[in-house]
Amino acid sequence: MAEQQTKPKFRWHILVFLAPAVLVYTAVMIYPLFNTLRLSLFTEVDQTRIFVGLQNFRTLFGDAIWSTQFWNALGNNFWFFLVHMLVQNPIGVALAAILSHPKLRFAGFYRSAIFIPTILSFVIVGFAWKLILSPIWGIAPGLLDAVGLKSLYAPWLGKEAYALTTLSLVSVWQFVGIPMMLIYAALLSIPDEILESAEVDGITGLAAFWKIKLPLILPSIGIISILTFVANFNAFDLIYAAQGALAGPDFSTDILGTFMYRTFFGFQLQLGDPHMGSTIASAMFAIILIGVCLYLFGIQSRMRRYQF
Amino acid sequence: MKKTTVIATMLASTIIAGTAAAEDVTLTIESWRNDDLAIWQNDIIPAFEAAHPGIKLKFTPSAPAEYNAVLNSKLDAGSAGDIITCRPFDASQALYEAGHLAEISDLDGMANFSSVAKSGWSTDDATVQYCVPMASVIHGFIYNKEAFAEVGVEVPKTEAEFFAVLEKIKEDGNYIPMAMGTNDQWEAATMGYNNIGPNYWKGEEGRLALIAGEQKLTDEAWIAPYRQLAKWAPYLGDGYEAQTYPDSQNIFTLGRAAIYPAGSWEVSGFNGLADFEMGAFYPPVQKAGDTCYISDHTDIGIGMNAATPNPEAAKTFLNWVASSEFSTIFANALPGFFPLSSAPVTVEDPLAEEFISWRGECESSIRSTYQILSRGTPNLENDTWNASAAVIKGSETPEEAGKRLQEGLASWYAPQQ
Repeated sequence: MAEQQTKPKFRWHILVFLAPAVLVYTAVMIYPLFNTLRLSLFTEVDQTRIFVGLQNFRTLFGDAIWSTQFWNALGNNFWFFLVHMLVQNPIGVALAAILSHPKLRFAGFYRSAIFIPTILSFVIVGFAWKLILSPIWGIAPGLLDAVGLKSLYAPWLGKEAYALTTLSLVSVWQFVGIPMMLIYAALLSIPDEILESAEVDGITGLAAFWKIKLPLILPSIGIISILTFVANFNAFDLIYAAQGALAGPDFSTDILGTFMYRTFFGFQLQLGDPHMGSTIASAMFAIILIGVCLYLFGIQSRMRRYQF
Repeated sequence: MKKTTVIATMLASTIIAGTAAAEDVTLTIESWRNDDLAIWQNDIIPAFEAAHPGIKLKFTPSAPAEYNAVLNSKLDAGSAGDIITCRPFDASQALYEAGHLAEISDLDGMANFSSVAKSGWSTDDATVQYCVPMASVIHGFIYNKEAFAEVGVEVPKTEAEFFAVLEKIKEDGNYIPMAMGTNDQWEAATMGYNNIGPNYWKGEEGRLALIAGEQKLTDEAWIAPYRQLAKWAPYLGDGYEAQTYPDSQNIFTLGRAAIYPAGSWEVSGFNGLADFEMGAFYPPVQKAGDTCYISDHTDIGIGMNAATPNPEAAKTFLNWVASSEFSTIFANALPGFFPLSSAPVTVEDPLAEEFISWRGECESSIRSTYQILSRGTPNLENDTWNASAAVIKGSETPEEAGKRLQEGLASWYAPQQ
């Protein structure tokens, strides 16, 4: 009798509260994800869908026509990511360090101004930068001319050598606010006592940043890196808005997202192939999964945490 | 009590409104021609609805570049409209084979079209017709008459004259000789390669030989157009590498460029924008006296969604599209899109009239990559975009481009192996 009374009652409210989120997330994320993975194992012959196992992946990596496009897109993706890591995140950290300086005036204004592009739509950013950099209507050639550097101007978005880097930098411009905000928050959470005791020991200014603050915000930088990685390998919008689905010139800005879109939905006379498209999507998923796992198990678990 | 009455009234009114609407059949038209929205709403739809009470039309276009993808998704999901505007050749054929487009071979109006006109929308053996041919576009060059008079040049007839004209405009310096960019790639292929190409591969003769496997893309006839394209670069504006299609249109209509490699679909848009007089000339031939060939490309067809709940109304509409009444409205509402119907149609717009007059003077052909040859992977049309842009920019030689395209085509197309 006593045992029966102590048996905990099933807590229905947990299920009830979880259900909406779980159902919605399953319907719009988990089911499509697994269905895409499933679709990549099929192909269509004479209007009927047949199971072909890993044949699509063999085509993607084994057939020269597909694999050159895939490796080109993957390489471009890595370059896209590298530019973000080398430009966006250091600038974000630097901006945060400057903003958190107690003597800086109008910090709130700078913070908002730098963060605003982040909330703009890709289409607006892509279109605006295309106009800014346009050789015909753009202000870029005029501005360079005004400072006597006209010779440096080139139609960057139309040149194979520059287009991808240019678009990466546009993306950096748009998203530099995110690392800035995260690092800014991390910097603010460093207790003053630590900085003060460091000051007593004679560590001030830049040295305080390198020796005290930077080690303390490393976990945040790690998180930002992995967020950048995931966002960059899922990127599509900016390239599509600026260069179209063929990711010109000569596929020099083709990344996995645009390659997948073109294959899945078709383009002009090229008919859509949902099965090869899913195969590329699965490959993207695998790449991102591997990247995130490497980070979680290789870096995150070894990171030292400081307790204040 | 009062609340119930209100709700009851609202329900009742909904039902009444519902039945009232149900008397009319509404046909929704899927199209990529969002530029034509006004013409459909002001001219075509009222004319049809006046003659066919009980059928209402709704024109719902989407962006050209996304049309195929959007349409395919809608058809698969069962939410596509009753009437479907058909891209020529494979895209529509795939829709027919997938059971999305209904067979309409026995439509009365189909008798008004020649077999060439129908070829864009019939099966390879031409037994089944699944779209009514609606319009073709003709390629050529539009020029600024005032600029030509100012610089003092005449319309070129041969290739040598063409480059002499370009050189002279360049020396004069007031105008960009030719408005075209390579940023969007397709202009280079469509308004470049497939515009000047038929003169070299002799129109249908070369096109059909390529399909039959008797000619190769590495043959002189197919590489020579690339050689000419490679010579265009110095006459395009500064920074043409990043110049987009709308940029080119604006440069020309603002009067900053003298020549615009064009498709006749530009005519209606340009008429509204340019405040100078425009003329058109067909692609210059190699030597004086050569037969000229033009690309008179079957571009728009219109068919019926096989899953439409209103097949009879849809057939009535398609029959009307095949009639000369529609052809006349369409040709004059949209100068630059030429009806494919054999019924004689008078075009009043002078610029459009100039384009259509070439049909009498030159041999007509269609774009080389559209029929059959863009079925496989790699896609020949997409590759041609890429190659044309690369050749103009000089990052690939004409010979390399031909070789690359031929290898791509031969990798999947049996007659070329």
